[in-house]
Amino acid sequence: MSPEQTHIIASLKKEILSMGGIKTPAIEASFAHGLSFMQAHFPGRVFPKGAMHELLCHQPEHMAATGGFVSALLATLFKTQGAIIWISPVANVFPPALKRFNINPEQVIFIHPKTTTQTLWVVEEALKCRGLKAVVAEVNGVSFTHSRRLQLAVENSNVTGFLLNYQKGNPATNACVSRWQVTTAPSQKIIGLPGIGFPTWKVELQKMRSGKKGDWMVEWNGSNLQQANETTVHHQFDLIKQAV
Amino acid sequence: MNKRYLGIWFPYLKTDWFTKRNTALQYKPVVVFSVSRGRMVITAVNNIAAQKGIAVGQVLADAKAIVPNIHVEGDQPDFFDSLLKKFAEWFIRYSPLVAADAPDGVMIDATGCAHLWGGEQEYLDDITTRLKALGYTAKVCMAGTIGAAWAISRYGTQQIIPGGHEVTALSPLPPMALRIDALVCDKLHKLGLYETRLFLQMPAKVLRRRFGDHFILRLQQAMGYQNEAITPVVIASTFTERLYCFDPIVTRPGIEIAVKKVLDTLCERLKKEQKGIRTAVLKIFGIEGNTQQLEIGTNRATSDAVHIFKLFELKFETIAPGPGIELFVLEVPRFDEHIATQENMWSVEGSLDTPAVSLLLDRVANKIGEDTIRRYLPDAHYWPERSVKKATSLSQQPTIDWDTQKTRPVKILRKPEPITVAAPVPDYPPILFRHQGKVHKIMKADGPERIEPEWWLQEGLHRDYFYVEDEEGSRYWIYRSGHYHNEQPVEWFLHGYCA
Repeated sequence: MSPEQTHIIASLKKEILSMGGIKTPAIEASFAHGLSFMQAHFPGRVFPKGAMHELLCHQPEHMAATGGFVSALLATLFKTQGAIIWISPVANVFPPALKRFNINPEQVIFIHPKTTTQTLWVVEEALKCRGLKAVVAEVNGVSFTHSRRLQLAVENSNVTGFLLNYQKGNPATNACVSRWQVTTAPSQKIIGLPGIGFPTWKVELQKMRSGKKGDWMVEWNGSNLQQANETTVHHQFDLIKQAV
Repeated sequence: MNKRYLGIWFPYLKTDWFTKRNTALQYKPVVVFSVSRGRMVITAVNNIAAQKGIAVGQVLADAKAIVPNIHVEGDQPDFFDSLLKKFAEWFIRYSPLVAADAPDGVMIDATGCAHLWGGEQEYLDDITTRLKALGYTAKVCMAGTIGAAWAISRYGTQQIIPGGHEVTALSPLPPMALRIDALVCDKLHKLGLYETRLFLQMPAKVLRRRFGDHFILRLQQAMGYQNEAITPVVIASTFTERLYCFDPIVTRPGIEIAVKKVLDTLCERLKKEQKGIRTAVLKIFGIEGNTQQLEIGTNRATSDAVHIFKLFELKFETIAPGPGIELFVLEVPRFDEHIATQENMWSVEGSLDTPAVSLLLDRVANKIGEDTIRRYLPDAHYWPERSVKKATSLSQQPTIDWDTQKTRPVKILRKPEPITVAAPVPDYPPILFRHQGKVHKIMKADGPERIEPEWWLQEGLHRDYFYVEDEEGSRYWIYRSGHYHNEQPVEWFLHGYCA
């Protein structure tokens, strides 16, 4: 294949992706580190910003884990500060905890609608707002029509949306570009140190439009998302030893 | 054009006000007193009391000795000042330039106003008649200078002093009429200058040496040799816009057009005066006399007609036009200073207080209520419930850093839920806990972290927090309330879910 042909194929691929509601940024390597271990599963090796992502979480424990993962993801994706709107029917997110995931809690505006109709309306309005970086919404199920509306809204505004869906049972088909399930996982003990290690989650990528499925053990080391395994633990331990 | 000033004096302003509220007082001697240096001093009297020999400045006890059946009221100086200001605003119907002349008068610049009433006498008659109907005694005088109008309204008898005759009119008056200090006045009396005419013709040089600059200024102002201005009252501008409809409106597009029209005119005015809407009320009058009202509020002052329209649009569903709407009235009860020109250039990355965000929050607040939107800032307390406070605005920044030393739960339970634990070693983390019937075996734990309730804010037991992980890898934030105790079992609670 000549270089021209490769170029044509690459631009055609981009076009197909954008038809599917996924925008590829101009500078593709804008975040080289942080999510590199997941990269291969994303369309065009880039996490699709400006799209809707669904995360399933049924138990309160997993809600917390998903909240942590989303915060870590947001901190990784948006290095610069930006307004985030967090929509949940119950005011149970504890802002100081977000700071541990590199999110400035004062940058988060919480909205607590009372009914499902209100929630969906607020989510859609928020997703249409160009002044925001991301919208995190806790919902109890979303119909295909609604998810389609939300996806269309983000395609115009370029806001990244995360739907934390706590509906039990088989999730209905929807128009989000991806579906994740984050569950809590035992933290890796840092050798030589007592107590609990870094927050660790089992992250399943159950669907990624124009991408691949996958699952990882992911941990948050205070500044980065990384794959949890013995070597990283050892590496961290070495770092700590050096620091001491 | 020759200046014409109208001085109005309310000799019995305070007593008249009390009499208006209690008509029985009109045939009684009434005095108003205030407490000064431990004595009750009379500050106002009505004419009956004055005829019986009671004067302002007397002690109340003396007055009661002279007239036993006197009616006494307490003074409210601030209130009477504002009453005078209201009077001044009321007089704007007679002239656009009206000043409140504390403590008991109003000064009007009536230049070029009287002919609208058919002449100066008719003008004055109209005013006195109206004031009488309101229940106030007033003495009026129209003259070419403020000083003369003031002096003659209080000390003279004439009502109209033709332009240029001020000096003649002032001549028989006592020096007090010149608005001068009581001390200077005393001096004049001592020198035998009981009437103005006695010193009006004296050279200014001589008078200045003995009585000071202020005296000369007042004298010359009264005679019209010096300029004097009044500080007119300004009625707070109100932003109201009306739209009458020739044909009753019944359809939604009709309502939309009407609202857009009133909004456009109003926002144009707001922009000119650099004001922005904080609250707006749309009143809708139906042809059957039924009225409806829609109210919207904004997070920051705005004069953007499109945005305000969107806020109203959310509430259009509630309008019941019935047989038709004939009048739209848009009022702005609350507005702020607002400079609109820079708005389009505002798109600072990462800032929260951008127009786009506040517009979104306005819409949300107007649709589902302002109390549903929250933003948090750190507060200097260790007690978890108090460690955050609600921000009052979008631009408010934290004054202290967020505490990241200790693990905190992502999801907190507003009311900690009781759990049962097995904790064989006191002050060590438990080995298992049971929450809602499910047993969690604790594999790893951090803690304890003791947090005391601040005794100056709240009494209660301290909490020993543990950050624990069960065999499934779920992490919890649990605490023991208080110390271990011999007689009663200690209570444990689940306070949140950690990531």
